[in-house]
Amino acid sequence: MPKHETPLLDELEKGPWPSFVTDLKRQAETKPECWDILGQLELSFKDRITHWKHGGIVGVFGYGGGIVGRYSDSPKEFPGVAHFHTVRLNQPSSKFYGTKKLREICDLWEKYGSGMTNMHGSTGDLVLLGTTTPNLEPLFYDLTHDLNMDLGGSGSNLRTPACCLGKARCEWSCIDTQALCHHLTMHYQDEIHRPAFPYKFKFKMSGCPNDCVAAIARSDFAVIGTWRDDIRMDQDAVKGYINGDFPANGGSHAGRDWGKFNIKKEVLDLCPTNCMWMEGDELKIDNSECTRCMHCINVMPRALRPGADQGATICVGAKAPILDGAQFATMTIPFLKIDPETEFEAVIEVIEKIWDWWMEVGKNRERVGETIMRVGLPTFLKVMEVDIIPQHVREPRSNPYVFWQDEEVPGGFERDVIEFRKKHAQ
Amino acid sequence: MATIEHGGSSFDVDEDGFLTKGMEEWNEHWVTYVKDIEGIGDMTDEHWKVVNALQDYYKKNGIAPMVRILSKTTGFPLKRIYELFPSGPGKGACKMAGLPKPTGCV
Ligand code: HEM
Ligand code: HEM
Ligand code: SF4
Ligand code: SF4
Repeated sequence: MPKHETPLLDELEKGPWPSFVTDLKRQAETKPECWDILGQLELSFKDRITHWKHGGIVGVFGYGGGIVGRYSDSPKEFPGVAHFHTVRLNQPSSKFYGTKKLREICDLWEKYGSGMTNMHGSTGDLVLLGTTTPNLEPLFYDLTHDLNMDLGGSGSNLRTPACCLGKARCEWSCIDTQALCHHLTMHYQDEIHRPAFPYKFKFKMSGCPNDCVAAIARSDFAVIGTWRDDIRMDQDAVKGYINGDFPANGGSHAGRDWGKFNIKKEVLDLCPTNCMWMEGDELKIDNSECTRCMHCINVMPRALRPGADQGATICVGAKAPILDGAQFATMTIPFLKIDPETEFEAVIEVIEKIWDWWMEVGKNRERVGETIMRVGLPTFLKVMEVDIIPQHVREPRSNPYVFWQDEEVPGGFERDVIEFRKKHAQ
Repeated sequence: MATIEHGGSSFDVDEDGFLTKGMEEWNEHWVTYVKDIEGIGDMTDEHWKVVNALQDYYKKNGIAPMVRILSKTTGFPLKRIYELFPSGPGKGACKMAGLPKPTGCV
C-alpha cells in the first residue's frame, strides 16, 4: 500500500503534544496498511464526514460480542482498511502491566492486525484497532492459548468492568477496588460474553468519593468507597501544614503563588457542611455532620485520613443522553460492607436484584437508569428491598401527584357512587 | 456487496454475510450455506424452532425479538441457543433466518 498525500494531517505533527500522526507514520514503515488509515482520515478531514460504513457484525464462535466490525466505504482507494475491525481485550484491573505481557500483546497484534491500538478504551478495554474477518479466530486462539487473556464486552450485555487503582497505591481507598473488579469480572463471564440484557450494563468501582474512574457518571452500577466512623486525624501533622512544613494538596498548586497556607480559608470555610473548627491549634470535626466529601483530606493528606470503618455506597443508573437525557447514578444503598472474605456476596446480591428485575421489566434498548425513571424511584427501591430513607433524595418532591397503594388508604379504592350520592344529591 | 451461489440459488449479501434482501431471497439453500460458515453441525428440530420463532416474530413485529423473548418463546435458555448457534442469536440465528443485520452499539 502506497503513501497518500496528507497535507491536513501533516499539520498535526507540529506542536508539543505527542502526535498520533507521527506515530501512525512510524508504524506505517512496518505496517503499510497504516498509510491507508492516514489516507482515509485525510479524506475525512477534507470531506468533513466519516468514511466508515454503517455497523458491522463479526465475532468469534461462542461469544456474542467483544469485536466491533467496521468496513471502509472506499475499499478500492484504501484496501488496507477495507476490513478494519476493533478487538476489545479485557485489561487487568487498574491497568498495571509488566513489559513481558505488553510485548506478547504487541507480537500478537503485529501478526494479526494493523499494529495500531487504543490504550485504553473509555470503558477500560485494551483496544486493538484494525484487522480482517479471517484473522479473528486465529487471533482469539493465540490470545486465549498463549497469552491467557480474553476478550472484553460489547453489545447488550455486561461491559468490561473497570476500577480506580485503589489500595494498590492510594492511601484513601476504602475498598479493594481491584479485587472487587477482578472478582466480578470472573464471576460474570457469561454475562460479559453473551448478550442477554435489554441493553448494555456497566460496573465501575472507585475507592473513595474522589471517584477517579468516574463511576458515578459512567456506570449503571457504581461502587464508591466511603467510611462511617470518624475521620482519622494527626494533630501534629495539622500543625505541620499550618507552619508550612508540608505543602497543601500534596503540592498540586505549586505552579502558582497562592500565598501562605491558611487553614481557615482553604479548609474550614470550604467544608460544605461547615462542620470543622479550630480550638487553639487543634482541628475539630463534627463527624455526624460530615458528608465525606474528601475536601479536607485532599488538602491535608498527611494529617487526615478516611475513617477505619470502611465500605461503599452503591449508586445506580448513570447514562449518556440518549434517549431521554443524561443521568448521574442515584444513591441506592448508602453503606455496604465490601468483604473479600465472603467473595463479595453482598455486592453480588445487590447486582442480581437489579438484573432479575431489569431483565424482566426493561424495554428493548432501555438503560436501567431510564427504567428507574419510567417506573419511579420508590418502585425501584421496593424491588431492591431497601428501606426508603431521606438520603435517597436531594430534596422532597414539590408536586402533589402522590400515588397511594389501595391498602394504605382507609376503605381502599373500591367506592360506590350511589353511597356518595346519598349525601351529595345531584 | 457480493453474490453467493449455493445449491442452485443465488443470494445478495453484505460484508458480514447477511441477506441484503432479507426473507425475500431466503430459502433452505441459504440455511445449509449459513450452517456451514457459522459452525453448526446438523440442522435439528431445535435449530428450526429458533429460526421459525425469529421469522414469525419478525413478520409480525418488523423487528428481531429481544434475547429473553426468544428464550421464552422457544423455551431455550441462552446457553442452549449458543450450543445450537455458536455465534449467538444475532450473528448466528438471525443471519440464518434471513433477518436484517443487528444494529446499534454492538
Ligand atoms: C367550590 C367549588 C370549587 C372549588 C373549591 C375548586 C377548587 C379547585 C382547586 C383547589 C383546584 C386546583 C388548583 C391548582 O391545582 O392550582 C381547582 C382546579 C380546577 N378547577 Fe376548580 N374548584 C371549584 C369549582 C370548579 C368548577 C365549578 C369548575 C368548572 C366548571 C372548576 C374547574 C377547575 C379546573 C378546570 C381546574 C384545573 C385548573 C388548572 O389545572 O389549571 N372548578 N379547583
Ligand atoms: C376532550 C376533552 C378534554 C380533554 C382532552 C381533557 C384533557 C385534560 C388533560 C390532559 C388534563 C391534565 C391531566 C393532568 O395533567 O394530570 C385535564 C385536566 C382537567 N380537566 Fe380536562 N379534558 C377535557 C375535557 C374536560 C371537561 C369537559 C372538563 C370539565 C367540565 C374538564 C376538567 C378538567 C379538570 C378539572 C382537570 C384538572 C384535574 C386535576 O388537576 O386533577 N376537562 N384535562
Ligand atoms: S478514587 Fe479515591 S481511592 Fe481511588 S485512586 Fe482516586 S482518590 Fe484514590
Ligand atoms: S470530608 Fe468534607 S464534609 Fe467532611 S469534614 Fe472534610 S470537608 Fe467537611
